[in-house]
Amino acid sequence: MSKPALHFSAHEPSAVAEISGDWVLRHVEQLESLSQDAGRSARQPGTLDLHALQRLDTTGALLLLQLLGMPRPEALPQKLNRVSEAHRMILTALAAAICDGDRSRKPADRWLQDLLQRIGMWVVDAAQQLKLLTHFIGVVITTTIRNLLQPWRLRWTSLVFHMEHVGLDAVPIVALLSFLVGSTVAFLGASVLRDFGATIYTPDMVSYAFLREFGTLLPAILLAGRSGSAFTAQIGSMKSNEEIDALKTLGMDPVCVLVMPRVVALLFTLPLLSFIGMLSGLLGGMLVSALVLDISPAAYASRIYNFTDIQHFWVGISKAPVFAFLIGVVGCLEGFKVSGSAESVGQHTTSSVVQSIFLVLTTDAMFAVLFEQLGL
Amino acid sequence: MTDTQQTPAGDPDDAVIRVRDLVNAFGANVVHNGLDLDVRRGEILGVVGGSGSGKSVLLRSIVGLQKIRSGVIELFGEPLGEMLDDSDNLCDLRLGVMFQDGALFSSLTVTENIQLAIKEHYKVGDALLQDLADMKMLLAELPLKAANQYPSELSGGMRKRAGLARALALDPEILFLDEPTAGLDPISAAAIDRLLQTLRDALGLTVFLVTHDLDTLHAICDRVAVLGEGRLITIGTLDEVANFDHPWIKAYFSGPRGRRGQVDRGDTSDTGL
Ligand SMILES: Nc1ncnc2c1ncn2[C@@H]1O[C@H](COP(=O)(O)OP(=O)(O)O)[C@@H](O)[C@H]1O
Ligand SMILES: [Mg+2]
Repeated sequence: MSKPALHFSAHEPSAVAEISGDWVLRHVEQLESLSQDAGRSARQPGTLDLHALQRLDTTGALLLLQLLGMPRPEALPQKLNRVSEAHRMILTALAAAICDGDRSRKPADRWLQDLLQRIGMWVVDAAQQLKLLTHFIGVVITTTIRNLLQPWRLRWTSLVFHMEHVGLDAVPIVALLSFLVGSTVAFLGASVLRDFGATIYTPDMVSYAFLREFGTLLPAILLAGRSGSAFTAQIGSMKSNEEIDALKTLGMDPVCVLVMPRVVALLFTLPLLSFIGMLSGLLGGMLVSALVLDISPAAYASRIYNFTDIQHFWVGISKAPVFAFLIGVVGCLEGFKVSGSAESVGQHTTSSVVQSIFLVLTTDAMFAVLFEQLGL
Repeated sequence: MTDTQQTPAGDPDDAVIRVRDLVNAFGANVVHNGLDLDVRRGEILGVVGGSGSGKSVLLRSIVGLQKIRSGVIELFGEPLGEMLDDSDNLCDLRLGVMFQDGALFSSLTVTENIQLAIKEHYKVGDALLQDLADMKMLLAELPLKAANQYPSELSGGMRKRAGLARALALDPEILFLDEPTAGLDPISAAAIDRLLQTLRDALGLTVFLVTHDLDTLHAICDRVAVLGEGRLITIGTLDEVANFDHPWIKAYFSGPRGRRGQVDRGDTSDTGL
């Protein structure tokens, strides 16, 4: 490996640059500075003497052509002195490729135009996303109703598979999390109520919180992160692999085949998980009450049994199917929005989790107002 | 391109790739069992064989992506194992690989795909980096309009060309191609064939070409290697291989597709190529 070099021979009348050494990618840093020096000295060589040139690859050839000011391939022979056959071939092929290739580009955007364009596109996009979501919700609702009316048309294998993954597999984490939050609520309640000497109301507080809100909300948020994201990634990678298109060409409706089993699985399992969440939360409260407040488990249970209305349970559990539907629809829809790249799958998975948690929490707030107005 | 026809490509004594007694197996599935192969400097070697005969695995073994069970692979006279230990060496090896489906990085534009490896290994200014990427695209006959597009926005033929441009990024001496014309229309496939030949002639590349395409074999391959039964069945010029007595080769060259290839070849040789 010898170093590349460039010398202007002084004794020649027109500028002749003598090239030597290896002009290859390996030496690209030296090559770049050589050509920059030549550019700065404003001496553009009319001819190159290549007899001392050793190895040459496309990188070196590009820089040599740039030194000559990108001549056309026909003009090249006069500009090369003492050139070997192999080097001439590379230089000619490269000059031909560069001169004859389609070099037109899209014009570069200016920043103000670019900014306005992006704001405009963002607004239009947001409107379209909303339209898409409502449209998709409509499609899923009609398909669900049609499928539930004709249960033999449901894909039972797929449904059971998803129920296992969405529901059964989530039981331990839902139970554990609700148990922990239940004990925390009991702790908090105890320390506030103690000032009033009203620690006996701790069970009421836990049961209120869990039956009405947390028992449903915690599993919903967990499933949004756990299953909603999985739906998006599964459907998204099928989309980028053109599997969705393949389904359509085989006369199968992707909504029936992919969305229905997932959404219905969520519809069935989230209420059950909510029930488990409520029980675990109450158990957490019971443990803290027994250890910290000297309320025996029997007293705790009878307190809840006698003083907590069953309607709180119905209020809480009735929200579960709504949350399940939102999580399933958003997760699947984001999957269908994936296009092409691996990055797109990631983006839509993130967006799916954020959107479904956002929707779950806002819907929950609206439910709170609604039930308040209804006096439940 | 008449002058290339006169000088036989590839010096028999100058093997840039030398494979000896290669054994590759996945569990009990023995793919290669004592495979020997020499690839000569400057030739275009076509590698054919039935589906699952281990063409892709052979390619992956030579470029070091596949851990071989036993045997020797030498590149430029040096054993592969030692060369792969050192990433500096790896860059020096100068192998360019074009994968079957392009394997372009889907989150990068065409230009970024090409520049990625150059940027990783060398310190190059932005202007030159741009010029280099443009040059590789033009070499692969890609219009510069595609420079800022993502792979998913390109057509199949353009993706192959972009894969080729990326394979040329580090100025390789040996170019490996896995079925470069599969899934292309005959016109685009012929254009890729012509492009490969031009590149080989201009840059003095050695080309290791896995293909199923009889037209490609006829048009550009200096020699053809046939894989089967875990070994090299035969290797030689197309005529030598086509006349070799082996059931698979007979079926391959005399099937309906094989005959069509022969007819095409008759046409081109009549025009005095
Ligand atoms: N990663 C792998 N794991 C297990 N088996 C493999 C793997 N890659 C290839 N094979 C097996 O090796 C054999 C040859 O494969 P391949 O080289 O891809 O065939 P082809 O000649 O069609 O390119 C096949 O039987 C395939 O099942
Ligand atoms: Mg293969």
